[in-house]
Amino acid sequence: MSNTSVNQSKPDNAPTHKVNWGRLEEAERFSELVKQYRQGKITRDDFRRFRLQHGAYGSRMTDDYSMIRLKLPAGEVYAEQLEKVADLSEQFSIGSAHVSTRQNFQLHWVALEDVSEVLRGLAEVGMTTREACGNSVRSIMCSPLAGVCQDEIFDPTPYAVAATKFLLRNPMCQSLPRKFKINFTCCEKHGMARMVDIGLIPQIVEINGKPQRGFKIFLGGGLGAQSFVGHQLEQFTSEDELLHTIVSVIRIFDRLGNRENMARARMRYLVNEMGWEKFQNLVLKERAMLKMLLSILIKLEVDKTPEVLRKISISSEIPSVPQGFARWKKSNTFKQKQPGFSSVFLTLESGDVTSTQLRAIAEMAREFTADGQIRNGFTQDMVFRWVRDEDLPRIYSKLLEVGLANPGALTMASVVGCSGTTSCNLALTNSHRLAKEVQRKFLELKIDEDDDLRNSTIKISGCPNSCGQHEIATIGFYGGGGRLGKDMYPLYTMSLGGRSDEDTTLGHSCTKVPAKRVIPTILKIVEIFKSEKRQGETLDLWIRRVIQGNGGPKVSSLETIKELLKPVVLAPTKDQDEDFYADYGGDGSYHTKTGRGECAA
Amino acid sequence: MCGLSKEKTTQVTVDADKLRSEIRDKSVKVLDIRKEEDYKQGHITGAINLPLASLLADDSPEKVLQYAQSFGIGDETPVVVYDDTFGALASRVAWTLEYIGHGDVSLLDITYGTWKKLGLETSSEIPSPVKTNHSLKLQPQILATSDYLVPAKEKGAILVDNRERLNFLEQHIPGAINIPYRMLASGQNILRPRDDLKRLMQNRNINADSEIITYCGSVGTLSGLGYYALKSLGMSNVKLYVRSFKEWKSLEKPIEKQNDANYWDLSAE
Repeated sequence: MSNTSVNQSKPDNAPTHKVNWGRLEEAERFSELVKQYRQGKITRDDFRRFRLQHGAYGSRMTDDYSMIRLKLPAGEVYAEQLEKVADLSEQFSIGSAHVSTRQNFQLHWVALEDVSEVLRGLAEVGMTTREACGNSVRSIMCSPLAGVCQDEIFDPTPYAVAATKFLLRNPMCQSLPRKFKINFTCCEKHGMARMVDIGLIPQIVEINGKPQRGFKIFLGGGLGAQSFVGHQLEQFTSEDELLHTIVSVIRIFDRLGNRENMARARMRYLVNEMGWEKFQNLVLKERAMLKMLLSILIKLEVDKTPEVLRKISISSEIPSVPQGFARWKKSNTFKQKQPGFSSVFLTLESGDVTSTQLRAIAEMAREFTADGQIRNGFTQDMVFRWVRDEDLPRIYSKLLEVGLANPGALTMASVVGCSGTTSCNLALTNSHRLAKEVQRKFLELKIDEDDDLRNSTIKISGCPNSCGQHEIATIGFYGGGGRLGKDMYPLYTMSLGGRSDEDTTLGHSCTKVPAKRVIPTILKIVEIFKSEKRQGETLDLWIRRVIQGNGGPKVSSLETIKELLKPVVLAPTKDQDEDFYADYGGDGSYHTKTGRGECAA
Repeated sequence: MCGLSKEKTTQVTVDADKLRSEIRDKSVKVLDIRKEEDYKQGHITGAINLPLASLLADDSPEKVLQYAQSFGIGDETPVVVYDDTFGALASRVAWTLEYIGHGDVSLLDITYGTWKKLGLETSSEIPSPVKTNHSLKLQPQILATSDYLVPAKEKGAILVDNRERLNFLEQHIPGAINIPYRMLASGQNILRPRDDLKRLMQNRNINADSEIITYCGSVGTLSGLGYYALKSLGMSNVKLYVRSFKEWKSLEKPIEKQNDANYWDLSAE
């Protein structure tokens, strides 16, 4: 049976992926192992390890469905790849993809039997899921503004890609005590260098009169049930020492990390228990050894060929400026260091995007971006870079057509929410839906237009683990269960004052807030802030002042805020308010239920 | 699997080139399953309109036989069916013809929309077919009823739900497996190439000799496509539960659900 052949012609000057991360044979092997597992030829634990190593988690309350996480080094993705993700999502998932807080796409509720088909499709366009989960070096992140940020010293993207080339499928990284995360950032402001196992910020210093590229390296940070801020290894690490340093840290973690207790296995615990100075010494010694022994064997292949930018045609007709454009432009675009160009951030809801929207985004990348690619961001968002300023009204119009023109991307109105009870085994609450609800409400209230709130962030996790990154939010929440008499209701713990820039601080726990009172609580905090703030003071800075015990005439400390919120967070009885006892998206009464977490498997 | 050699060589789908030459030879009857107003604006040259709604209004064998005869379809007339709804509506009609005993019916492997995009011949002329005779030989072996499902399942039949994933998770017939209809197509073709489909079924441990019953939401369209996808692999023991989940629910039969997860909130729709 031969099919009618239908040629789909695409504009041919759009760049395609440069590095092929995919391996078709891994898809075939996955299919083979699913069969063996179903036939009982391999154990559940062995299969789980294999599955995770290839980017497939179990789903909430069932192993028969997977959440597939792609590995997108530096968050880079090209138009043809987006179209493939759209197809695969429609065919094998739920018709939507999800952008994670670590720049990856996730496809939910894929039948275990189809995972190999998804891997096959991804490999066809150079993508992989390998080592996206499991006890491996996870996708190496890089600021979505790398290369265009006004404050960066140089573009770290080629280093993130080169480090991935070295580490992906490297035998050294296949069985670490726990997952291991590396983030590159453009500058202090736009990344999370201090909240990760290895964080790197580009730096140039003059050595013997010659400028030398290198990095500021932070080790042992991370978010979780217990979070830590990373320590700076040394004043300056030159680019020649970059790979040796990364390998040294991984080797020490591999040797000394806690393999007995999964809950304390991340490297930050090792650093904390050993003490920073001792750990720092070990790393420096290990690196000296490596340099002596392996200097010829390992080398980072950094591709420094300058990005070739395409000419993009700018329509000569003067576009009529669509309604809402000014508001959107203010909150969703970022002026690049290159004059005449902007980066455009898309406001998604909890990172969810439909197949149809992905195809439209791919088309827009071809039409409007000079680098022809898209970067996924750190806050469940997607970013077009290299868009001509004159094209902004046109790209906005196109976004409007597909429901992607919401303002607020770079403001507090853009809320992060992990997947919660929509798919995660560990979740206690539907943080995913709550984040969407908060965002919708805030856009309705035009909170994105309030300059006092722009720098602040709201992030929501569905359990005490930190996938929603609540601890680095100005206002952060993590889910749990509350009880009045015998009736349970979804309840979040709220922390205030977290941030992830050069003044990285973890949020301070303030009070507990029932799920159905989260929106009024945030609005009440804004109200208190407005009456207490000094001229020109933003919400995040005021909260810092509150934490320092100097919040204003009526608010001395977090305790005062807790007191002022008491009437808002008070639990009614079930007879008074039945809806209070149901979580968002749930019809029945609320109960907590969890399965085995696989982040730790 | 799929090494079956059947005496009948009817293909499940025909490609555009083959259909065009059959139309030129006038050796084929073409049925257009779209709405009447769409049909009137243009259709594949020579096609006769049978809107799905008309068929569903009364799909008793007697009525279907009347349709076939009035369209000039005799026992041996090759029939090709198409729609503009990824082949699902066409599949339902093809299955119905098969059920009354018409052996030679296939699906066009692309939709009308794609046909037009390819610039192939269309016309708005409405043909006047000459009535002919067709015998009635019911084929009960391709039909599944609600009473049939449970005993068949107990004997090892595989129940396939062709609805989308979220609908399946929300509720389905106990023990069914989900093959969303979107999985069956590739690019512009209503069915994937045979090797692709074969691999998908092998991954699910579905063999050529398995008995399979397909169903979907209400009237057997998506599952009609599922039925033909399996037939295209040469599988001979495939049945359509044509009244599908709508009837199953109205009979208040047991329903299974993926509990304790708010998967709908992941959808960006």
